[in-house]
Amino acid sequence: MTTTNSTHFVLSANINGERLEFLADERDSLLEALRERAGIRGPKEGCNNGNCGACSVLIEGVLVNSCLVMAAECQDANITTVEGLASPEGLSPLQQCFLEEAALQCGICTPGFLVASTALLEENPHPTEEEARFWLAGNLCRCTGYDKIIRAVLKAADQKDA
Amino acid sequence: MQALKYARASSVDEAVQMLRDGGPNAKVLAGGTDIIVLARERRRKVELFVDIKHIAEVMALEYDATKGLTVGSATPLYRVYNDANILKHFPALTQSAHVIGGTAIQGRASLGGNLANSGPAGDSITAMMALNGTALIAGPGGRREVKIDEFCTGPGQNVLQAGEFIVSLHFPHPAAHSGSAWERFIPRNEMDIAVANSGTYLVLDGDVVTEARIALGAVGPKVFMVPVDSLVGKPLTDETIAAAGQAAKATATPIDDMRGSIKQRLHLSDILTQRTIRAAAERARA
Ligand SMILES: Cc1cc2nc3c(=O)[nH]c(=O)nc-3n(C[C@H](O)[C@H](O)[C@H](O)COP(=O)(O)OP(=O)(O)OC[C@H]3O[C@@H](n4cnc5c(N)ncnc54)[C@H](O)[C@@H]3O)c2cc1C
Ligand code: FES
Ligand code: FES
Repeated sequence: MTTTNSTHFVLSANINGERLEFLADERDSLLEALRERAGIRGPKEGCNNGNCGACSVLIEGVLVNSCLVMAAECQDANITTVEGLASPEGLSPLQQCFLEEAALQCGICTPGFLVASTALLEENPHPTEEEARFWLAGNLCRCTGYDKIIRAVLKAADQKDA
Repeated sequence: MQALKYARASSVDEAVQMLRDGGPNAKVLAGGTDIIVLARERRRKVELFVDIKHIAEVMALEYDATKGLTVGSATPLYRVYNDANILKHFPALTQSAHVIGGTAIQGRASLGGNLANSGPAGDSITAMMALNGTALIAGPGGRREVKIDEFCTGPGQNVLQAGEFIVSLHFPHPAAHSGSAWERFIPRNEMDIAVANSGTYLVLDGDVVTEARIALGAVGPKVFMVPVDSLVGKPLTDETIAAAGQAAKATATPIDDMRGSIKQRLHLSDILTQRTIRAAAERARA
């Protein structure tokens, strides 16, 4: 076995409910494999070191930074990216609240915030403002000042009552 | 990313074999929140990642009212801090696991990775030391146990030998009338490295402290235990708590860096020690 050259392998995973198989490199992060090999470009590369959350995805429903996961770790995994949040009928209630509350400006952080907030509301359907801010502390936004994002998340939580 | 290979170990023995065959550039891959960054930035030479997350023992979380707690080395932190038994009996562990990175980091990062990384500021390490934890290590020579307070030997250095890795972490069940607490100081509320951290476990008999374990981090080249002579066998009073804080300050050997000065770290060694003693005592009385 040579260990100096990386090799390609077939990554087979359920991504947004669909079974996909594509070639990836053993040195790819999940973020790189999604964006550059599978053409799924919702997850963004902000920092590439775990600090910004722009690359947030769910693996088996658990929130992770896809820049800190190797693609090879994801054989047969269930992965959700921002592309998996809306349904054919339209945006998810959370996405709708982001629009209504103008919770985005440049939008680079938005896929990460949407995925991370979806995970929050799954785990804790009615978070306090403090709980929402603590949960989202790993997602950075240079534009909105966070208040609008938090408002959108809490609004989506409120609507769950109805 | 540097060229590297990935291998999934399905048993402890297979992981040992892969690490041994792979040599010094074969690295354990647990949550990857440290090692993937280091490999990408070429601060570590990695030729092979040995993924240990598909070994049941390494992903365990077992609580038993007599045997205590066993946490697999790669069990992600979110499972640690969501566990009701850990919150009830080992709250210092819950507190530290909940502030390592943010939610997405906690979805992957592990106690074993934090310990093996052996950073002087590793947040869970001081909690695990206070709780008198033991690391179960597997290697080419079989299995052995090392007390967590003897595991780290210097910044980024530890007792692991070639081909060895941590399988799990074990914590004895805390005594009756005991309590534990953990705290850190950072300039922001989350997502930063500690300027100082402290974990304390103590047992009370009425007002008298019968056992105490106090660990400090980020105030020396490695995490360390604080001498507790000023506390054990004495009633818990403002004076004995202050004396324990002074003992902590006297043992600390901090450096100046961008996160904090020597003076601030010495002060924090005192203050955080006093605070975790008080918080642990409150839990012991509850
Ligand atoms: C954005 C960000 C924020 C962070 N915040 C904090 C923080 O607040 N506090 C803190 O303490 N740390 C923090 N960290 C560091 C890191 O998340 C922790 O150290 C974490 O616990 C590492 O666990 P892991 O499972 O991801 O380790 P990995 O990255 O998988 O491994 C870390 C090292 O240990 C080795 N290793 C892993 N498991 C074992 C094992 N079972 N046996 C032997 N060797 C092993 C690996 O080979 C590697 O060298 C942060 C990291 C990031 C990226
Ligand atoms: S790109 Fe992954 S956390 Fe920033
Ligand atoms: S909208 Fe621009 S970074 Fe958040």
